[in-house]
Amino acid sequence: MPMTTSAILPAKGSADRLTGTFWRRPNLLLLLLVTPPLLWLGVVYLGSLAALLLQSFYSIDEFSGVVKEEFTLKTYAELFRAQNLDIILRTVVMAAAVTLTCAILAFPIAYYAARFAKGHWKAAFYLGVMLPLWSSYLVKVYAWKLILAKEGVLTWAADGTGTGFVIEGLLSVPGLEGSSLSTSPFGTFLVFVYIWLPYMILPMQAALERVPTSMLEASADLGATRRQTFRTVILPLAMPGVIAGSIFTFSLTLGDYIIPQIVGNSARFIGLTVYQLQGTAGNIPLAAAFAVVPIIIMLIYLTLAKRAGAFDAL
Amino acid sequence: MRSDARNDGPSLLLKITAIGGLLFLHLPILFIFLYAFTTEERTYQFPPPGLTTKWFAVAWNRPDIWPPLFLSIKVAAIATVMAMILGTLAAAAMSRARFFGRDQLSLLIILPIALPGVITGMSLRSAFGIMDIPFSTWTIVLGHATFCIVIVYNNAVARMRRLSGGIMEASADLGANSFQTFRYILMPNLGSALLAGGMLAFALSFDEVIVTTFTAGQQSTLPIWMLNELVRPRQRPVTNVVAIVVFAATFVPILIAYYLTRGGSETAGMGK
Repeated sequence: MPMTTSAILPAKGSADRLTGTFWRRPNLLLLLLVTPPLLWLGVVYLGSLAALLLQSFYSIDEFSGVVKEEFTLKTYAELFRAQNLDIILRTVVMAAAVTLTCAILAFPIAYYAARFAKGHWKAAFYLGVMLPLWSSYLVKVYAWKLILAKEGVLTWAADGTGTGFVIEGLLSVPGLEGSSLSTSPFGTFLVFVYIWLPYMILPMQAALERVPTSMLEASADLGATRRQTFRTVILPLAMPGVIAGSIFTFSLTLGDYIIPQIVGNSARFIGLTVYQLQGTAGNIPLAAAFAVVPIIIMLIYLTLAKRAGAFDAL
Repeated sequence: MRSDARNDGPSLLLKITAIGGLLFLHLPILFIFLYAFTTEERTYQFPPPGLTTKWFAVAWNRPDIWPPLFLSIKVAAIATVMAMILGTLAAAAMSRARFFGRDQLSLLIILPIALPGVITGMSLRSAFGIMDIPFSTWTIVLGHATFCIVIVYNNAVARMRRLSGGIMEASADLGANSFQTFRYILMPNLGSALLAGGMLAFALSFDEVIVTTFTAGQQSTLPIWMLNELVRPRQRPVTNVVAIVVFAATFVPILIAYYLTRGGSETAGMGK
């Protein structure tokens, strides 16, 4: 083939030839790109999830403590024992309370950052949410252990301002008892809210930033008061952000097992139960079955959110 | 009156709650620093009865801190490199074309951080159990790399979306082959986003404890060491010194990542 008459430059070396091959067969390049991550996630991650499901259908021999590798629903049946249902219920109630509180606390921050913060303030707000989101999880939990301890900062501040009765009152509420907030379920709740709050702020802020100012002006022109504008324009448009955030806060609370271990009355949550069952108890099948529970709860949650039309506006 | 509703700045209540919320997010961390200097080593007494810097020396000389620190650095470094390779490849594939299974792949990439860590951890633990894989540094890396992929991926995919396809075609028209285009066009444009993704992945891995406890067996990373100290404390201020180290090891990379990607629509970290 006479190269000189062609507008295409002659291929020099294997790199050029490969380029030609990729050009002629774009799918080949795509395949080369996609195979390593697909293999990794497919084998390591999906494979592990399959192993989790498999384990949850095994059972443990009550006498020898050895895992019996044959299919049974016995392990799942154990989930329905009263004590285990208690754990699941307690976890779901906690997750719901945390999600609701996060949504309420996050709104002003997200709204201010989205609508009023400009220039440097905008960056400050952004970093102000980003840094706590990313900074060490364990360090943040530890910080609250210091704050909530009986001889710690909060007691000192309450004594100094004469508001100690508020903490006393909280600790005497049935179900929230403890010698201090760091051993009360309310402490657990507080730390959950603190740790997951940024996960609610960011999607909420993103949703609020998409609300066009012209819509607020139109609402005002049509005679709406601030309150009406808020309720009928801003809130519905912020909803997708709230739902997205709630998926994070809900799911993260469902699975966490560090916080209840460090702050609170060591009442068991799903995550903590999974951790203890696979560790000291050595009951991997039941641990696996327990780990499937948050997956199912999240699927129900997502279905309900979808039915409520939460994803329509996304 | 009503026209006020349009744009008269934030109300006082909104200002207070917004700034109060931000303070709520930041103040607690300061106590970690304060308690590293307290002279009281058994309780969390506030205010500290006295201040000292001796705990930094004590921590430096504690032999049980160094191996977990080195293990954490090693795991985070390996996991970051793996995540950067896999995440970049996935982002490159996603930006190239719409193909069969594209949405499923993007779901698969996000899944490891969308599901609670305890599920990822327990899944890996189940798999190791079924296949009789003994715990090692590599079992930890396996878990970390899996959830770090999405961090790098998010950064890379956002940058590629912004990158116009035109400059790649221009490069080809000027006679560059794929490798030259990759080296001289793609890498300079993608570099800072990848570096930011790598920084965040390192921070995430260095600090990870939830998945790690399931994949580490008897080994101890720095966060696992910290967790043990929180449950069974001895010399509490030493834990604070280590907490400061962990905090710095995550804080600095995050700040760098932020400055690397600032100004774009893809500012780092939205995807955690």
